[in-house]
Amino acid sequence: MSKNVNINVQHVTRVEGHGNIVLDVKKGEIKKLEWQISEAPRFFEAMLRGRRYDELRSITSRICGICSIGHSLASLKATEDALDVKISEQTNVLRRLAINGENMQSHILHVGYLAFPDLLKLGSVFPLADSKNKDALLKVVKLHRLANWMSDLVCGRTTHPIRLSIGGFSMVPTEKQLLELKKELKDGLKTTKELANFIKNKTDGFPDFKRETEYIGLSSKKEYAFYDGDINSTDTGIFKDYKNYTEMIDEYFVPQSTALHAKHARESYMVGALARFNLNSKQLSKAGKEVADLFNLKAINYNPFMNNIAQLAEYVHNVENSLELVDILLDKKIKDEQPGKIKIKKGRGVGICEVPRGMLIHDYTLNDKGRCEKANCVIPTNQNHANIQKDMEEFVPQIIEKPKKEIELNLEMLVRAYDPCISCSTHYLDVKFV
Amino acid sequence: MKPRVAFFDFSSCEGCQLQIANLEEEILDLIEIVDVVSFREVMKEHSDEYDIAVVEGSIMRPMDEHRLRKIRSRCKTLIALGACATIGGVNKIRNQWAPEEVKKAVYKDADTKDKEFFDVNQTKALNEVVPVDYYIHGCPINRDEFKRVISALAMGKEPVIPNYPVCIECKKNENVCLFELGKFCLGPITRAGCGAICPSNGEACDGCRGILSKPDVECVMDLLKRYDLSYEDLKSRCVIYNTGSFNPKDGMTLVRRRKK
Repeated sequence: MSKNVNINVQHVTRVEGHGNIVLDVKKGEIKKLEWQISEAPRFFEAMLRGRRYDELRSITSRICGICSIGHSLASLKATEDALDVKISEQTNVLRRLAINGENMQSHILHVGYLAFPDLLKLGSVFPLADSKNKDALLKVVKLHRLANWMSDLVCGRTTHPIRLSIGGFSMVPTEKQLLELKKELKDGLKTTKELANFIKNKTDGFPDFKRETEYIGLSSKKEYAFYDGDINSTDTGIFKDYKNYTEMIDEYFVPQSTALHAKHARESYMVGALARFNLNSKQLSKAGKEVADLFNLKAINYNPFMNNIAQLAEYVHNVENSLELVDILLDKKIKDEQPGKIKIKKGRGVGICEVPRGMLIHDYTLNDKGRCEKANCVIPTNQNHANIQKDMEEFVPQIIEKPKKEIELNLEMLVRAYDPCISCSTHYLDVKFV
Repeated sequence: MKPRVAFFDFSSCEGCQLQIANLEEEILDLIEIVDVVSFREVMKEHSDEYDIAVVEGSIMRPMDEHRLRKIRSRCKTLIALGACATIGGVNKIRNQWAPEEVKKAVYKDADTKDKEFFDVNQTKALNEVVPVDYYIHGCPINRDEFKRVISALAMGKEPVIPNYPVCIECKKNENVCLFELGKFCLGPITRAGCGAICPSNGEACDGCRGILSKPDVECVMDLLKRYDLSYEDLKSRCVIYNTGSFNPKDGMTLVRRRKK
């Protein structure tokens, strides 16, 4: 190796938010390799200071357009934890449906619109509209519409949901809508399998790269965890003490990034679909397992590019799980339930759930007037930044002999595989320094 | 020739650009009438030659102001997309405090000097930096309104944005008034165009489409009296989306818009 390579990708495309890749190789030696986050910090936790308990949900929803339902749910769980609010079984089922809808929406957006073009060697999905592969594009659009429609039905709106409120829902879907949803979900299941087969048969798939790392996410005895569960790690197992999550997750500041980095048992870890798959694959639904098998995805898999496939398997799982949830709502006759009166008191609450990109934590301290005194949000993408950096450091020497364009594309694909949500990750507050 | 459209984003959740992806099959109709030449969130290709720039997000740093001015100099028409761009949105909540104070609360004693990524000022809406031609309001934007504005411009017509309160649309949807349900709704002073989506789903309006240029102040005062709410409550409700647009001394006024 004796070549010089200089790569400076400002604002990586087809990811949410602004991130840069900087690589400087002189005479075959890596002088600089940085995954930089240049997005302006948004100071959400600072903004929450003094806001009322019933405003926190709608403000923190605005951290992220793609995972606004997840932020809303983590926020509600934290507020309800602080104020000792209990939710009904119906609310619990509806919230699970909401989290499925968002996971489906986000995953198909990523696999279909953002990662798919790389597999077909295109710059975006737009050229597909005039190609022989238009049918695959229409399948992606259809699955995207299904996910959004389901979220609209449950939450009143897919981006920045409206009906999710403390203790319940301000409005619920009708029986007729649920029956219609059931029909569409069954159809969606078929379409997803067809799309998975298309990706398997018509593309070369993802680069073969492995790096052993730690995977963190929620696990539950009852199910493949999204809405509820205990923090779990492939290195150290279950961590029960959720309110003291900072003992486990160490967030720290690095100067190349307006977003925090995080570590636990090793110098980095990964969260998201692949982490969940690696922790909980046995609980995946039947069709979810079929999709994973189709691509030979087995736990533990150390190839970050396989996150795309884990997302596809989760999409199918979410559809099957939603069918079960809709049946529960239909069996028990869904009814309008106005959330009860809330007693304001002083306290701290922590809410954790799995959102498309991984484990999300909201942590609020309320005063006796119900106003927020302190807030902290641990964002999935922040937890992945260090792992992206470490992957790059190991990946570059393996591809360094390739032409510059290809190195650049490979690095962009690596970043994209993590499906980073950079707006989210620059939300910012509690900072520790290395 | 089809107008060339480029999308850009600054500080935001990118949820408004997501609404364009959420047009689903209609995206294909959209690319029939306009040529999308740049859209970082979904495409790798990029061109600096465009007629219409659609810009999401608020402006926070000198480096962002510089980039926005460059975009303005290259386009004929600039559209502000969504609350962060049109009125500053939730990003302005922190304008209640000086940037130094917010930065200290966040970065503590870290050395962020001379690092341009961290050079954060007060949050600005786009029109506080460059002239803006059209506004697509909302948090997030309403997809139908986006389609209407883009179609109008592609046909060389003036898009029309409502300047009447959300209450008009709420009444049309036959909702029970949210004040009657014990909620503090900003519908009476907020610009319509959203179809009163929040009140129609049982939640109070937070004012994301901005305060009307001439709200009926008397009616609002009446409401406060009738439902035993204070002017302080109203001010606090307006913080979420309208920090700085709400002047307690003169009643409700909009921040002066820069003339083109």
